[in-house]
Amino acid sequence: MNDNMPAEDRKLKRKGLTPEHEQKIRLELEGDCCHEIPSIQIDADHIAPDSLENIYASNDLCKLQKTSAPKGSYVNGLRSIDELLERDKQREKDGFPRKIRVGRLVKPRKGDKEKIIVVPTTVEEKFLHEKRLSPAADEPSGGSGQGEEGEVIHEQPLHDPETQGGAGSGQGDGGQHEMESNAYDLGKILTEHFELPNLKDKGKKRSLSRYTYDLTDKNRRFGQIIDKKATLRKILETNIILGTLRDMEHIDPTGFLISPSDRIYRILSREKDYDSQAVVFFLRDYSGSMLGKPTELIVSQHVLIYSWLLYQYAMQVESRFILHDTEAKEVDDFYTYYNSKVAGGTRVASAFRLVNDIVEKENLAADYNIYIFHGTDGDDWDREGQESIPELKKMLTYVNRIGISIAEHPGSAGNETEVEQYLKKSGLLNENPGLFRLDVMHQDADETRIIEGIKALIS
Amino acid sequence: MELIDQHTKKIMEGCKDRARAAGLCFEDETLEYIVTNRDLLELTPKVMIPTLYDYWVHDVEVLKEKGRYELYPGNPYETVINTRPAISFYNDNNPDWLNVMIFYHVLAHIDFFQNNHFFRHTWDDDFAGQALSDKQLIAKLRSEKGRWVDYVIEFTRGIDNLVGYHGDLSRLNRPVQKDGSKRLDYYFDVFLQSVRNVKIHEYMKEIERFNKCIAIYGEFGEKMFFSDIVKKYPEFEAFFDRHLKENNNGNGDLIQFLIKNSDVLKKDGNRWMTSVMHVVRKTSLFFQPQIRTKIMNEGWASYWHETLFLKDDRINGHEVDFARVNAGVTALPRVGLNPYALGMRLFQYIEDMCNKGKYDWEFRKIEDADIRKKYDKNTGKGKDLIFKVRNDFSDFMFINTFVDQDFVSGNKLFVAGRRLNSAKMVWEYYVKSRKAKDYRQMLIDSLYHPPHIEVDEEKCTDHALYLVHHFEEKPLVKDFIANTMMGIEYLWGGPVHLETSEVVSVPEARNNGMTSAFSPPQHKEIKEQKLEWERVLYTMENRKISKKVL
Repeated sequence: MNDNMPAEDRKLKRKGLTPEHEQKIRLELEGDCCHEIPSIQIDADHIAPDSLENIYASNDLCKLQKTSAPKGSYVNGLRSIDELLERDKQREKDGFPRKIRVGRLVKPRKGDKEKIIVVPTTVEEKFLHEKRLSPAADEPSGGSGQGEEGEVIHEQPLHDPETQGGAGSGQGDGGQHEMESNAYDLGKILTEHFELPNLKDKGKKRSLSRYTYDLTDKNRRFGQIIDKKATLRKILETNIILGTLRDMEHIDPTGFLISPSDRIYRILSREKDYDSQAVVFFLRDYSGSMLGKPTELIVSQHVLIYSWLLYQYAMQVESRFILHDTEAKEVDDFYTYYNSKVAGGTRVASAFRLVNDIVEKENLAADYNIYIFHGTDGDDWDREGQESIPELKKMLTYVNRIGISIAEHPGSAGNETEVEQYLKKSGLLNENPGLFRLDVMHQDADETRIIEGIKALIS
Repeated sequence: MELIDQHTKKIMEGCKDRARAAGLCFEDETLEYIVTNRDLLELTPKVMIPTLYDYWVHDVEVLKEKGRYELYPGNPYETVINTRPAISFYNDNNPDWLNVMIFYHVLAHIDFFQNNHFFRHTWDDDFAGQALSDKQLIAKLRSEKGRWVDYVIEFTRGIDNLVGYHGDLSRLNRPVQKDGSKRLDYYFDVFLQSVRNVKIHEYMKEIERFNKCIAIYGEFGEKMFFSDIVKKYPEFEAFFDRHLKENNNGNGDLIQFLIKNSDVLKKDGNRWMTSVMHVVRKTSLFFQPQIRTKIMNEGWASYWHETLFLKDDRINGHEVDFARVNAGVTALPRVGLNPYALGMRLFQYIEDMCNKGKYDWEFRKIEDADIRKKYDKNTGKGKDLIFKVRNDFSDFMFINTFVDQDFVSGNKLFVAGRRLNSAKMVWEYYVKSRKAKDYRQMLIDSLYHPPHIEVDEEKCTDHALYLVHHFEEKPLVKDFIANTMMGIEYLWGGPVHLETSEVVSVPEARNNGMTSAFSPPQHKEIKEQKLEWERVLYTMENRKISKKVL
């Protein structure tokens, strides 16, 4: 994928690069990663860091009797979630902070793109010892078997399927009480629980995938309602052919022969109803610099936005997923969007251009409310936004909302990221407060912050 | 839940006879239930105690990664619970031979519960019965007070890991004092040594004088002895009184202190809260020994299921099946800790060492490695020793006393480390150390250890509560401090202070800014990194938290 890079490089050089900027680009280019979708198979000898045996994790029922963790059903779970949320609301009224967190997300499975797993969670807060004093310090564990001191006994890829890509990490062993729900339910919860704003009805409701059932199809011999006119016509036709109709002026129906297939009925049929509402573009920077936390953050936020819109538009949302590094591409489903690995350089404008192309080609602007959400870490090779800003301006002519979320690296704290800089400089944010929103969060932001971010982006 | 059928119960009774013959000691009555998936759903949040009080958090998936077991001392999937009679849980499709193995395992657990002194406070009552009455109490209060009951449960649970378990335990296990009064103890143990700081020869003289008094005056000897002391140290009585007051008036742990001293809880309308707090405290105390004896308890049970199963004549033909299941339970993992494997091997090791007489003084004097290796006195005392260890030890003592180099080398154990190889982009697991000292320390570090937080009564002024977290080179989890303190403030009814230690945040030296931005954290030699600590004071007032450096 890096074939065109030297040229790219030269082009950038001509524009004059600071050493710092160049180094950053180098870093992204020289990583030998590619955007594959991680395979899901985990080999048997795999030692995942979270699944290391811990003294207190093992128990008799699982160890001795091979009992698997009990599984609750989805229906029971949903009922209790409403009660829990009710309780949580009451807590706030009583002057205590809320305790329920919703939206632990487990990665969607392929071919099942609306399935997201909602787990209402909470923490019992107590005075506790911090286990790790510094992030670099790793808790040592026990081991047994051969090997000299200092010998490496196992290697584990830094970003294995479990931790790579989406926000699905951290669910290693805690999956037993999870509650499955689809994105629609999550959207409902988000709207009600986090008081996300309800979308205003823009009047022009259009949707792609709504069906109505109507007695529009015709069928011979059987059906729901006989179509008298059509049947009579058919009978006439048959009798003309048979020659039983002699005098066209004085039709005598008594002499008609009626074949069973002359009876025409109306039958229920599914009709596509072009009566749509929204199309949402999700844009994600999957360049090398997005490694780890920023990606996780952006993807979780996008899942939440996606769910929220799905609920708001009563499932009438068409979503498009676009990934970009230096070039943008559209991917088919949320699964690919969610799970593709990061690699390569960053050119934000490429994604914006692709969106503009799609909108233009498919003439989406005329029929749809268009939402564009873009997630990045704020790096862009196009430092001044010379390419991005014009594309953005074009977008602003047709969109209902552009929301850009930036997950900052810890290194960039304090000084603004490039994307943030050029967006602010362009003045687009101030000129179009209703259309264009920016949300900058730190890469360690928690779920509450993510939801705050959504509010900022869509309210 | 259904009881096991008569056929299986008969197998259990057979196991009991054989276990007793081998020396295990437990009460006659036990209850065995078949559990289904549905039962487990209800039981696991309640730590397998069917009668535990209801609490809404039990219905929610709880985020465990942050505090993990530190927050939840009880094991959610325990097969046997420490009640009277002991209750154990089984799958309904276990084959007979597997049940035999599990029964032995369970019986060894019951034996451990009923003989290990760390469980002393659970011996006299049936927890299932107690829990049932507590559950009814809480249900009744809930019908009157509504959600406020849950708030009290929540806030008390927030401090239920600070229960004074060891304090309670030491009172229970204190040997009965036949002679010697408190006054005498105070005079010799505290007054002379700490208050007066007398020289050893003076101290000996006093003992001599006391013995003389007893010899002359008999039962009035002590009185006579002290009548002289009052002349010599006129302040003694005052000191003794103060000492008595301090010790008797010991306010116990934080929950007890709140119950006793909180103005809010003293109000008439709020007295019911203390009953809820008692329930939470009692429940926490019940689970304390469990988590402090995990390695021993599982090791003991594994030791016995292996020993007894192989001798059992009823299981002929299932040796291979057993071997497979047993290996799954008791194999030492390549990386990770398995309490079953570790505990069992340590018990076997102790028995073997004792049988060879290697814990004797004789052996310790030998320096020749070859003689040490071949040393075998065939004392036959190994079993006695492990039974004694089972009586008197907890995990910490067990590991600290018996994990030595021979054990570590013999089982090829090592401390496993994990580091990042940034060139290959992999986590490397490597053998960090094979020294017994390091292995022991690693085990001890991974044991359950709640923070040591006490009320400093002298600093409790102006209706404020002053908590001191004693420094153990471990900071508290910051995210949890505010809400925990808010709960305490609610129960206390005034401002709450918490003095604790934190690492002074030193801005990490970044190499020219950019590389650290998105390259993963490099492996650094942590040993050289010296942490600087500072004392800080958190204050919670009107549900607002503030922090200042002391």
